[in-house]
Amino acid sequence: MVFEGYKTLLEVLREDLGLTGTKHGCELGECGACAVLKDGKPVLSCLVLGVECDRSDVTTVEGLAEGPELSALQAAFADLGAAQCGYCTPGILLTAKHLLDHTPRPTRDEIKEALSGNLCRCTGYLQIFEAVEAASAAVPLARPSSEGTPPDEVKPARATQQAMRARVR
Amino acid sequence: MKVIGKARRRVDGRAKVTGQTRFADDLVLPRMLFCKLLRSPHPHATIVSVDAAAARRAPGVALVLTGDDFPIPYGIMPVSRDEHALCRGKVRHVGDPVAAVIAASEWQAAEALRLVQVGYEPLPSIDTPEDALVMGGTRIHEYAEERNIHRLVNLEFGDVEDAFAKQADRVFDDLFFYGGNTHLALEQHAAVAATDPDGRLTLWSSTQTPHYVHREVARALGLPAHRVRVIATPSGGGFGGKSDPFNHEIVVAKAALLTGRPVKVTLTREEVFYCHRGRHPVLMQLRTGVKADGTIVGMDLTTLLDGGAYGSYGPASTLYTGQLQTVTYHVPRYRFRACRTFTNKPACGPKRGHGTPQPRFAQEVQLDKIAVALGIDPADLRLKQLAPPHSVTANWLKLGTIGLAACIDQVVEGSGWRTRRGKLGPGRGLGLACSSYLCGAGVAIYWNEMPHSGVQLQLDRSGRVTAFCGATEIGQGSDDVLAAIVAEVLGIGAEDVKLVTGDTDLTPVDLGSYSSRVTLMMGNAAIQAAEKVRGMLASAAAAKLGVPVARLGFADRRVFDVEHPEVGVDFADAVVAAETRFGTIGAVGSYTPPRSPGSYRGAGVGPSAAYSYSAAVVEVEVDPVTGWITVPKVWIGHDIGRILNPVLARGQVEGGVYMGLGEALMEEQTFRRLPAGLSGALVHKIPSMLEYKSPTSLEMPEVVTYFVEDADPSGPFGAKEVGQGPLLPIMPAVANAVFDAVGVRVDEVPITPEKVVAALDNRARGKKPRVGPETFPEVPWPEALLVPPPWEGGDGSARNDPKRGAAARPSADAQALARISVATAARRESRP
Repeated sequence: MVFEGYKTLLEVLREDLGLTGTKHGCELGECGACAVLKDGKPVLSCLVLGVECDRSDVTTVEGLAEGPELSALQAAFADLGAAQCGYCTPGILLTAKHLLDHTPRPTRDEIKEALSGNLCRCTGYLQIFEAVEAASAAVPLARPSSEGTPPDEVKPARATQQAMRARVR
Repeated sequence: MKVIGKARRRVDGRAKVTGQTRFADDLVLPRMLFCKLLRSPHPHATIVSVDAAAARRAPGVALVLTGDDFPIPYGIMPVSRDEHALCRGKVRHVGDPVAAVIAASEWQAAEALRLVQVGYEPLPSIDTPEDALVMGGTRIHEYAEERNIHRLVNLEFGDVEDAFAKQADRVFDDLFFYGGNTHLALEQHAAVAATDPDGRLTLWSSTQTPHYVHREVARALGLPAHRVRVIATPSGGGFGGKSDPFNHEIVVAKAALLTGRPVKVTLTREEVFYCHRGRHPVLMQLRTGVKADGTIVGMDLTTLLDGGAYGSYGPASTLYTGQLQTVTYHVPRYRFRACRTFTNKPACGPKRGHGTPQPRFAQEVQLDKIAVALGIDPADLRLKQLAPPHSVTANWLKLGTIGLAACIDQVVEGSGWRTRRGKLGPGRGLGLACSSYLCGAGVAIYWNEMPHSGVQLQLDRSGRVTAFCGATEIGQGSDDVLAAIVAEVLGIGAEDVKLVTGDTDLTPVDLGSYSSRVTLMMGNAAIQAAEKVRGMLASAAAAKLGVPVARLGFADRRVFDVEHPEVGVDFADAVVAAETRFGTIGAVGSYTPPRSPGSYRGAGVGPSAAYSYSAAVVEVEVDPVTGWITVPKVWIGHDIGRILNPVLARGQVEGGVYMGLGEALMEEQTFRRLPAGLSGALVHKIPSMLEYKSPTSLEMPEVVTYFVEDADPSGPFGAKEVGQGPLLPIMPAVANAVFDAVGVRVDEVPITPEKVVAALDNRARGKKPRVGPETFPEVPWPEALLVPPPWEGGDGSARNDPKRGAAARPSADAQALARISVATAARRESRP
């Protein structure tokens, strides 16, 4: 594809590729709304030039679902109130995906740390943490743990219901 | 209940997690042009000349607009239509738009902006309300009441001084200041305008109030309103910041009409900070008279608002700094004076809680001081004098259900208040505060007696139900509430309801997403429409099944005999039967709020069909050396009437707690002067998301949420609001917790580390252990309107207002309500 050399990855995604799922909140690298994965690592697409992504593998929110099926992370976000206005959601989903790809069972503190560059003004973050935890519980580990217990096979819907019951009084 | 009260994925959840929600800036239309605005670098200046010739010749430029193109003023409130889409004659704050360039690309528009030559003659500028009160030689608006005073309010509900003198054992007199802050919605404002083949105008915008934008765009452009269509795109956060009609919306609308091409504008983050319309900075003096046991005998509140450069919602904001002070506790006598001033800064307006968080902070911090001074537990002080349910307040607001006692009990129990307060050790403390809030403003922004919300349902033989409503989804779940209520009444799933919302061409009017009005007003309209449709389906199904209508139930997408559930038809078959019998199936419902018993000037602000209540306990840790405040945990109870969707309800509470903590601890919309050599302009101190500090995931504490469900007869299925109320107790609870932790008072918001250190320093040097305002300036108050409370023979009108005359005659309702209140007051008196 061809685009102007001054364009940021954010502009190339939104304007040249029509991938408007990636959002902008500041275009200065402050809010995290434009986070995408470049070769598997989260980057702020407003701070990366499009030309820097030559031969890179870029994942946006449009690439999260597996066909018509939502990923476990997306389903948990939708079910557990992690998306209110939904504007910060794409950036947070990708940042959380990176976390879970490398830390399948993160602690609450690890989740907080991983998401600390993504601002959300609606939720107060707690339902986002819970959704990441629910998605984490829903994704089977690649190997059984050393104690020989079987992989966690809790279905997303079940996990989200349990998380919800635990929280709603 | 099959839908209401059940935790569900919101109806727009899938779109939001797949990136398919189409926000305003995501819209792309063929041949679309882009608009950029040239903004004033001066806080106050006369525009001497605008030369756009070079810009018009620049590459890609299709159109340049200036103030000459916008002769008609507009504004959200009919009493202060003081804005032009592009400034005419003068600019009133840094960032005021002067010219617009419309070009083939955003880049070309930005380049051409630099070629527009504007000649300015700077005027003296006003940066504080104190200056606005005394500077009369320079007037920001000629229509101001006097000097630079926008509005003055002086209301007296019973003789407060008399109560202080004769009934009070102590009168507490405190000054408080609540700093300004802004919404900081993640989505920057954006709008797209286009003409259709008939020449009619369509405006897509990230607005919370498409109906009001519709009115004002038509007005400002001199178009018949039926030639204008406004579509509210899903908002990427509102919080009140997208409630005004904005200059950029009117500019792109005009540009689309003139060029015949779609035109888009998207504000930069810096422009959003200058758009503002956020929390008013308010200086407050609060005097409260109490008996030795803490019982309030009277309250006297004076507020001074820094309104910024335009009216915006100001007349309402001004009244909101006092009108809801009587809703939480029983206040037998009340005086309220308010003054809104113009200053050369971006206009303030409504932010979550609109005008109420400021005086609520004052009231709840002062109650804490009263409790400490009288040796009463702050929770008990509050519990003993809650406003009585279904009563009328001193300022003539009719209250509904009140679940506040249960909220207080829950947070007191959950936080271990009785055993832990004052005993957590050095630097740690607990603070408690309460609040109350509207469930929808009882009066529209422009005076009319029409419904505030309308819902239309259309059913067809496929079994599809489509709900049309002007309500506006800003992330709070407006669409989900509409779908859930229709689904509950008709016995189908929320996901079965197709929604068409926030479109002034297609949907019945709903006034918009402000004042926490959507659930109650739209919800009631939806129930009415759905019940009409249900009646048609029931009579057709009854005939088909041979079962009396009264025995039919609607659930699980079936219409069935409740005594023999196996006898029934699918919902779609019931629609077919009804369409066969009655023709095309549809119905409308609408909601008009009840008339308020108050009729004095100012009584239009404050009434609501119901009020929500909240109580919070906040735990803090304060570093005595740095003043740094950490909040590990918050307990909050909210009287919601009835929960419609627990996931969304809890999200609103936690979001409110989060935003309240941001306001309490760090968020500041403040301005500074550039050095004189650099023009002396009054500029935003920190117009970036990095420097405008807001809480991140790392600062967010654990939150324990308790809902009190005491169904209110005015709410749909008993539901009350949850979007704004839970924010309100947080700021005072933080201040009270800081006092519990380190024994000093910060009578200001935000409570920053340097203020804590300053207060500790004051104490160390033997001064008053406090930081806060010290003086309240002289204000030229008009004569007070004397409105006796219900229990002092009042009828809801002012005794001394010649302007109101016959119109002030009270309704029979008001007199009946007054009797109820007198009886309630009498019961209170007789209690031990």
